[in-house]
Amino acid sequence: MFLLQANTTSIINVADLQLIAPELILTACACVALVMEVVLPYRKSKLTAYFSLVGVALAFVSLAMQWWTMRQALPLDGFYGMVRIDGFALLFKAIFLIAAALAIGISTRFLDIEGEQHGEYYALVLFATVGMMFMACGYDLISLYISLELMALTFYVLVAFTKREKKSNEAAMKYFLLGAFSSGVLLYGMSLLYGIAGSTNVGEIANSVGQIVPRIQGLLQAPAEAATSIDQPIVGLRPLLLLAMIALGAGLFFKVAAVPFHMWAPDVYQGAPTSVTAFLSTGSKAASFALYLRIFSEALEGMRADWAPLLGLVAAITIMVGNWAAVTQENSKRLLAYSSISNAGYLLLGLVAANLYGYIGLIIYLFVYTLMNMGAFGVIISLRRRGIIGDNVDDLTGLGQKAPLMAAMMAIYMLSLGGLPMTGGFIGKYFLFGGLIQRGAAEQKSWYYWLAGWAILNTVVSFYYYVRFIKVMYLGDRIADNKPLALSPALQTALVVSVIGVIVVGVFPQPVIKIAQDLLSAIVS
Amino acid sequence: MSQSYILSFITWLPAVGAILILALMKKDQSSLIKKFATAWFGLDFLASLWLLKYNRSVGGMQFLEDHEWIPIIGARYQMGVDGVAVLLIVLTTLLGAIAALSSWEYIQKREKEYYVLLLLLQTAVIGVFASMDLFLFYLFFEVSLVPMYFLIGIWGGENRLYAAIKFFLYTLVGSVVMLLGVLKMYFLTQDTALTSQISQATINLLAGNEQAAQLVSNSLQAAATNGTGTFNILYMQAMGSVLPMGTMQVLLFAAFALGFAIKVPMFPFHTWLPDAHVEAPTAGSVILAGILLKLGTYGFYRFNLPMFPGASKDQSYFGTFGVRSVIVFLAIVSIIYGALAAMYFVVKKDGDVKKLVAYSSVSSMGMVMLGLFALNPNGVNGGVLQMINHGIYSGALFLLVGIIYERRHTRNVAEFGGLSHVMPGYAAIFLGMVMTAIGLPLLAVFISEFLALRGAFEANPYWAAWAALGIILNAGYFLWLYQRMFFGNIDNPKNERLTDLNWREWTYMVPLMILSLWIGVYPKPFLRFIEQPVNAVVKQVRPDYQIPGMQTPAPTQAERAGR
Repeated sequence: MFLLQANTTSIINVADLQLIAPELILTACACVALVMEVVLPYRKSKLTAYFSLVGVALAFVSLAMQWWTMRQALPLDGFYGMVRIDGFALLFKAIFLIAAALAIGISTRFLDIEGEQHGEYYALVLFATVGMMFMACGYDLISLYISLELMALTFYVLVAFTKREKKSNEAAMKYFLLGAFSSGVLLYGMSLLYGIAGSTNVGEIANSVGQIVPRIQGLLQAPAEAATSIDQPIVGLRPLLLLAMIALGAGLFFKVAAVPFHMWAPDVYQGAPTSVTAFLSTGSKAASFALYLRIFSEALEGMRADWAPLLGLVAAITIMVGNWAAVTQENSKRLLAYSSISNAGYLLLGLVAANLYGYIGLIIYLFVYTLMNMGAFGVIISLRRRGIIGDNVDDLTGLGQKAPLMAAMMAIYMLSLGGLPMTGGFIGKYFLFGGLIQRGAAEQKSWYYWLAGWAILNTVVSFYYYVRFIKVMYLGDRIADNKPLALSPALQTALVVSVIGVIVVGVFPQPVIKIAQDLLSAIVS
Repeated sequence: MSQSYILSFITWLPAVGAILILALMKKDQSSLIKKFATAWFGLDFLASLWLLKYNRSVGGMQFLEDHEWIPIIGARYQMGVDGVAVLLIVLTTLLGAIAALSSWEYIQKREKEYYVLLLLLQTAVIGVFASMDLFLFYLFFEVSLVPMYFLIGIWGGENRLYAAIKFFLYTLVGSVVMLLGVLKMYFLTQDTALTSQISQATINLLAGNEQAAQLVSNSLQAAATNGTGTFNILYMQAMGSVLPMGTMQVLLFAAFALGFAIKVPMFPFHTWLPDAHVEAPTAGSVILAGILLKLGTYGFYRFNLPMFPGASKDQSYFGTFGVRSVIVFLAIVSIIYGALAAMYFVVKKDGDVKKLVAYSSVSSMGMVMLGLFALNPNGVNGGVLQMINHGIYSGALFLLVGIIYERRHTRNVAEFGGLSHVMPGYAAIFLGMVMTAIGLPLLAVFISEFLALRGAFEANPYWAAWAALGIILNAGYFLWLYQRMFFGNIDNPKNERLTDLNWREWTYMVPLMILSLWIGVYPKPFLRFIEQPVNAVVKQVRPDYQIPGMQTPAPTQAERAGR
């Protein structure tokens, strides 16, 4: 029997490989980058960076080709249901690749300053990206978990990359311990889910959850019949389902740094090398949201009534805590860490809404967030010099007169993070709030409106600390110092690309929204 | 539908000027930059005079423009103005030119950035008045905060950082809440159960002319093709006639009203205003008082009244009182409170003249709100005209305060006395503006306050009585201020050598004085601009109100029921 199967179906076929072509390219490039590090002399190790950029570009091209050839036929399954290419997967992968490219762009200069220009760094970035991409297209709890660990493990190493810095080591240790713990919680939730549904495939879990939940509901509503029904034992599954949901939720709250599992974020973000912080706060966060979508919006779709209030509550608290804590920060990396906590809250709103508007908002906000956060960290890196950390808010003092272009870009990133119209951040928030309002109207529940109101009022708080950057850059007449900025062509390119992206999405968002809507509408309906 | 590009031209011209300055001029060429910027503002003013060709006998929305922008969310680049917006835009461009001219000597640092920001602010504000698409309106409305933040924060007084962030956050609170209202209104335009009841007659009434009505149907067509709703303001206004009165409408009204009330500013949302005014540079105050406050009252006129007629005229939602009662109450409190607070700064030992003018603005804008919510043609006409008049006289007063501040570097009332002996020209203009402000007949404010009060009296005599009390107080403190600053002997030796107005100062004061006289003596040309749009709004809010001489019939009850 087994022999027969092995003869008729091959374990790997070409069609399956095509589905993961971008990942294959990246993996190959990462392996080559590892070898390059050994072969090349230290002063030429920057070549590895450019090589990795080429790898990312190739992966992006193959992703674009996938989109072009497969978008009518989506979703496509491969590897016996382990991998699914659908609209979410394509969009998320594009975001990861952009994040990786920008991260490499802003890293070269940073590593030069730190004297840590090693090729492994870029190989690790690529491996992390591969992990993220599989998180977006994994369709099985096993493949999802493995890709999550691939990403997390590489990030533990990356956070510790400036090994001579105590803070970096401390951050890595914290991140590792808490990360391992949260992965355990996540795994626990997954195993419960497997026990209930009898499968690790997301689609099959969705089916069985979708069947069990209404039946439990029916039994709970009619207790008299329930006592005699043969269905009676499944009522006992409800606590288990809830436990699984909460465990999965908690594990993921940790990954996206949502309150109350956010404590690690400020320390890790501050301690990690700035370029890694930038990548961690964008790529890793986006990947965790991809996982959220798979597990909550697909596998646990039938339990929406249970998890929507949970996520809504966590989002509301996260937004508040992140914003209010950021107000008092002096260190700009720490400030942006809290801002990224609050942004995780805003992104959760898209999941709570769980309709086309919400999903478009989630994707566009993640995309823009990647651009603006990378840009902001890039500006912070440019202030860094050997001996001077440059990551206090006050180090930006007078930048408006010292480097007007740089300051203008930073101002745009900040206003966009706050969500001012004519920047991409506004379009993202517009869709997130729109999704909530639409959901509130559809379900006739007022808490969605209040949640939207709460979230939007908190953006005002966020403006307070974003505008602080603008204040120190422009409003004073003092200039922090007259030393030139630490710029490099790659860094400048990354900054300009992000700022153009932020403005284009803000003023002419039509193409971006169109692509997102075309890919997502199939999933939502 | 024929397109007109004049509105886009007027809106974007200042932004082009800003880019030119950024690209072509160097930091140290400040004299070139200020002349160029002022000339550019003048150019924009001349261009805006074209809008006076607005066909007053037809009325409605004119100079229409319609382009595709973000079809996937139903937002279009639509511009158009009615008579009210025409007057406000011309006022904006005039005050813009004046503000630039008045900054030549006041601004002594970072001139390049200053004029760039002033120009950008101009674009944002004109955009607010010219937009016919709610999404576009919202963009301009919120973006206008940023240049003003910089103007206060960089070139302001000692406490400028505090004032700048307070202004920014305070006004932001209102506009972000408004965003939720905008979103909800947008989703309502997709609600066919509601939109199917909208009668063409309502759209025609609000559009005012065939072309504007055509624009609405074009927008609807585009929305239908893309399967979206529409942000067209006229259509949303028309939706107001079928929106059921209830909690939802009240909340929507509140979402919009909060944003606008903070801008106006109405008591108790006024606390940002004195700080912002005191710290802002003269030109900043002129734009702030003359134009930015009008964004709030214009918002009430353009959105709250026609979009939520049920809530606007409601007197019973909260039991014994309603939404309208709340607004009117706050308006009257603003009138009296503003006047009393202003009076305090005449008496106070180190009373700041600028703070006084700022509080008088609170009072004056309260009069605008009272006029608007009188909900009859007289009241609304008065309110709208008061917006223009307030722009003229408060702008002028801030300029006058700036002139004396440039010479003495203080704005403390107690520092002055007997100024009429050394600066007769200045004293004359100041007198003219003070008389305007207190509503002396034959000067502009008399007309608008008279109309607003007459409207308020028609609605409820007690409202008019309370508002009249505010006017008396107004006269009191302004005259008192004038007496303390200009009459008597020069008791402060520092004031002995002050120079009178120079040619540049005369150049920008005289047009404002002429305007004040003109509106005061012969307001008819101005009133004719706003007559038809105001009647349409009143008719939309109160379909049963008989407006003498109004041709466009409102839809009858039978017509509405039949659809």
